[in-house]
Amino acid sequence: MLIKKAEAIRSSEITPQSLYLNRRKFLHGAAITGAAAAAGFGLREVALPSATVLAGNKIDGIKKSPLSTTETVTPYKDVTNYNNYYEFSTDKEGPATLAKNFRTRPWKVKIDGLVEKKEELDIDTILKMASPEERIYRHRCVEGWSIVVPWVGFSLSELIKRVNPTSKAKFVEFTTLLDMTQMPGQQRPVLQWPYVEGLRMDEAMHPLTLLCFGMYGEELPNQDGAPIRVVVPWKYGFKSAKAIVRIRFTDKQPQNTWNISAPTEYGFYSNVNPNVDHPRWSQAKERRLGEFSKRPTLMFNGYGDQVASLYSGMDLKKNF
Amino acid sequence: MLRYLKPAIFLGCLAPLANLVWAGLHSQLGANPIEKITHSTGDCTLTFLLITLSVTPLRKLTRQFWLIGVRRMLGLFAFFYGTLHLMTYVWLDKFFDVHEMLADIAKRRFITAGMTAFVLMIPLALTSTKWSIRKLGGKRWQSLHRLIYFSAAAGVIHYIWLVKADLKKPLEYGSVLGFLLLYRLIGWAASRNVVAAKATVSQE
Repeated sequence: MLIKKAEAIRSSEITPQSLYLNRRKFLHGAAITGAAAAAGFGLREVALPSATVLAGNKIDGIKKSPLSTTETVTPYKDVTNYNNYYEFSTDKEGPATLAKNFRTRPWKVKIDGLVEKKEELDIDTILKMASPEERIYRHRCVEGWSIVVPWVGFSLSELIKRVNPTSKAKFVEFTTLLDMTQMPGQQRPVLQWPYVEGLRMDEAMHPLTLLCFGMYGEELPNQDGAPIRVVVPWKYGFKSAKAIVRIRFTDKQPQNTWNISAPTEYGFYSNVNPNVDHPRWSQAKERRLGEFSKRPTLMFNGYGDQVASLYSGMDLKKNF
Repeated sequence: MLRYLKPAIFLGCLAPLANLVWAGLHSQLGANPIEKITHSTGDCTLTFLLITLSVTPLRKLTRQFWLIGVRRMLGLFAFFYGTLHLMTYVWLDKFFDVHEMLADIAKRRFITAGMTAFVLMIPLALTSTKWSIRKLGGKRWQSLHRLIYFSAAAGVIHYIWLVKADLKKPLEYGSVLGFLLLYRLIGWAASRNVVAAKATVSQE
């Protein structure tokens, strides 16, 4: 299959400066717009390929990214009603309703481990670290389905550079919120809570690795990992931790929840790889939501040109 | 009574399929319709297997002996939904790729278990007629039809091996099956005791 290289940015796509300068407006009026949205004023049609009704708060000043794919974006309705988010439910349709009242403000992210200064960052401080970009990425679930999502965020490296990890830091660990009153799925020990995930430092610093707080031009819906998550497009979806409250830098490879749950099935790396089957199903093909036939899965989910060098000399069958 | 009840039960057994077709025609099958079809036909198969296995205990406990009259239909519906479930796999998941399916059956134990469950249902469906009972003789027919215990067990194992982490639903099916098999085990042990007691009495 042909994967088109991302095109250079056309001048027509560059956001006017006035819009760019207003990009932080949404951060201030969150409460007001939230109330308006609740009252129904926030509902509006946005002319997307899927022509769906979105209900979140718009993010201003989003720049297009040359890292985006030109493939057809999956409808918003599907991406927000088909979620593997076990903190809310093991049923994919559950999170959309169960996460409705999830509180994303106030929200702090603890930065600790091997950093020069341990600190607690407010979510709104993090969002101002760099300007938001739209990154349209392929997203491949380990279960054999895939979607194309217009995420909004900036490279995780922008945050990492600002928090100054020491030279000893070799890995980054992400922890999801633990709060069983808000996340009913955590009342059952289906997985070990809180959810933890990790990346090697060079993976975390890779420009494709996104610190994500929006999608489809709006703030991230709760069921998709609000208020802040990572997106690592060349790895299976479970590597992209949601609702992050802690980012820890370490010299040892961190544990990751699915690996703890089933070590022979889910590795630390979990790079998308059509040649390495999951023990219980083949990974050679995938079903793109909305399509009838299956399509072949691409090595590194089609991001091989950008990321294959991270793993040169490594046995990817052993390091699955 | 059975004359009126049977068509009603027949229609009731078709309701899950009708619901699926209706939802499909109205785009109500969610983001991944093929997965939804696969899961609901699988659920139906297990449910009908368990309902079929409940007929005998229910008949004996409630003394509603007419219930035996609907057992064959319920069993055939288990086979019917099992066939639909298998077809979603063969067609919508594997697109008739025989090579891929054989590899799956050999390599993936949840597929192996599922296939076993289905294959074990085939002789039961084929010998479900009155003619077969006469031809085989009641005793032999009955022992053949005990295969349903193994088919249902393989079906539950198929489900247990399939899920990623949440065993709740497969274990629910498993515990219902456990009770139904336990009922038979107790009955079998009790009848053996009776036989043994009779034997001792006759010896004395």
